[in-house]
Amino acid sequence: MSLMSEVGQKAFDLGVPIAVHLDVTYRCNERCVHCYLDHDDHGEMTTSEIKGVLDQLAEAGVFFLTFSGGEVFLRRDFFELVEHARRLMFNVKIKTNAVMIHEAEARRLRELGIDTIQISVYSHRAEVHDAITKLPHSFERTINAIRFLREQGLRVTIANVLMTANSSDHAGVQKLAAELDVHYTLDPTITPMMDGDTSVLSLRIPGEELTEVFHNPALVGNQEEFCAPPKPPSEQDLEGYSCSAGHSFCYISPYGDVFPCVQFPLPTGNIRQQKFLDIWNHSPEMKEVRSIQAKDLTTCSSCSHVSSCTRCPGLAYMEGSMRGPSTADCEKSFYRTGVPTANMLQQGLSKPRSTSGNTVPLIQIRPLQIQPIEVQPVEIPA
Amino acid sequence: MPERCTYIARSTAIAARALAGEMMVMNSTDSTFFTLNEVATAIFQAADGRTPLRDIVRDRICEQFDVDIEQAQTDAEQFVAELSGHGILLVSSQPLSSDSTRETP
Ligand code: SF4
Ligand code: SF4
Repeated sequence: MSLMSEVGQKAFDLGVPIAVHLDVTYRCNERCVHCYLDHDDHGEMTTSEIKGVLDQLAEAGVFFLTFSGGEVFLRRDFFELVEHARRLMFNVKIKTNAVMIHEAEARRLRELGIDTIQISVYSHRAEVHDAITKLPHSFERTINAIRFLREQGLRVTIANVLMTANSSDHAGVQKLAAELDVHYTLDPTITPMMDGDTSVLSLRIPGEELTEVFHNPALVGNQEEFCAPPKPPSEQDLEGYSCSAGHSFCYISPYGDVFPCVQFPLPTGNIRQQKFLDIWNHSPEMKEVRSIQAKDLTTCSSCSHVSSCTRCPGLAYMEGSMRGPSTADCEKSFYRTGVPTANMLQQGLSKPRSTSGNTVPLIQIRPLQIQPIEVQPVEIPA
Repeated sequence: MPERCTYIARSTAIAARALAGEMMVMNSTDSTFFTLNEVATAIFQAADGRTPLRDIVRDRICEQFDVDIEQAQTDAEQFVAELSGHGILLVSSQPLSSDSTRETP
């Protein structure tokens, strides 16, 4: 186990929120066709409110802080917030479309010691990228920004969301990432609109095409291992938990609402009314999320995939029960291994229900690659 | 000849947070990640750029951890050299002010 994984496990076991994703705005200067956000401002937290939240997060033990949105740079106080966060010694990552980053902004980000900047690039073809963002020249501006950031020596990750309009462009984007000397992550995330409108899901690539994605070594690494049939779950697997949501990770919206994860819209409290640690430690919803073990899951506990499935409790919650299966993950498990899932067998299906149309509410494919981090322990004897 | 003082300060490029008494430290320039044990954490937290290292060892380490001062000083110097090599601590023979605006993590 790497040192980073050990630390993550320790935080998980102790219930310390080691990582938080904070959206500072839902406003955006792009209008991406797949975006799930309501871009109107319904009362974002003020500068001093967010600074207060950051103080509380530092006190609660948060180390990894991701600023995201909407487009973070639409907040005029964004650098002030980042400065405050860095003064509190968070490890800061930023997700942005980068169109507002020029030389001066890139320099400032370097001075502030930002860990990574993740930028969405949809295609290596400007016309495809711009058609998805609906912002003319956004490709050019985004790529220029990446160059400015790299000139400053900053680490950049290109997140490549796959959907019908660009499903064949991942190789081109990977090549572009290599040319720009930045990391590439496949992030084919299509999530329903916040108001429950599922029409955007029709943009996602059909399930059958997942087979091709999952069997492409350029995208998944060791394909044989990745696509191996599932091993029967052990006692230990059944005692295990789904993911870090609510255990060592949570999400805070621009309005101060706290959720177990950015993709788990179960309200647990609002930071404008309660202290963060009160919500984290005492909210009945957080406690419920934290209590669910694999053996408690209604269908999944009897599924052969349960120990290797990427089952997202947030997606399962949006489908009706946080203890139920997540159809999108069933689809992934099936197309990855070819082995039917308990959810399919229960419904007498020989292949998963298609989640690419409008009929089924949810689709999410989590990133397949994460950026490698060099890890070196240092100790002096006591 | 008077003994030379060593001053240490935390770099502004790092991120740090205590987890159950041990400090996690990450250098954003190369993403090196460290965890420090309790003694190393105490030295790191006291690295304010103004307190000489030998005073940190005497007041923070020997007092709290009941260790021999010479051994503690040698270990501390080795630790400081290692972390400064990774750009996590700044070391000088003069007081440093670079970290004056940082909070203690
Ligand atoms: S599995 Fe779902 S709920 Fe869990 S961390 Fe991932 S996206 Fe969030
Ligand atoms: S494949 Fe489906 S039924 Fe099986 S564990 Fe995953 S989500 Fe549950």
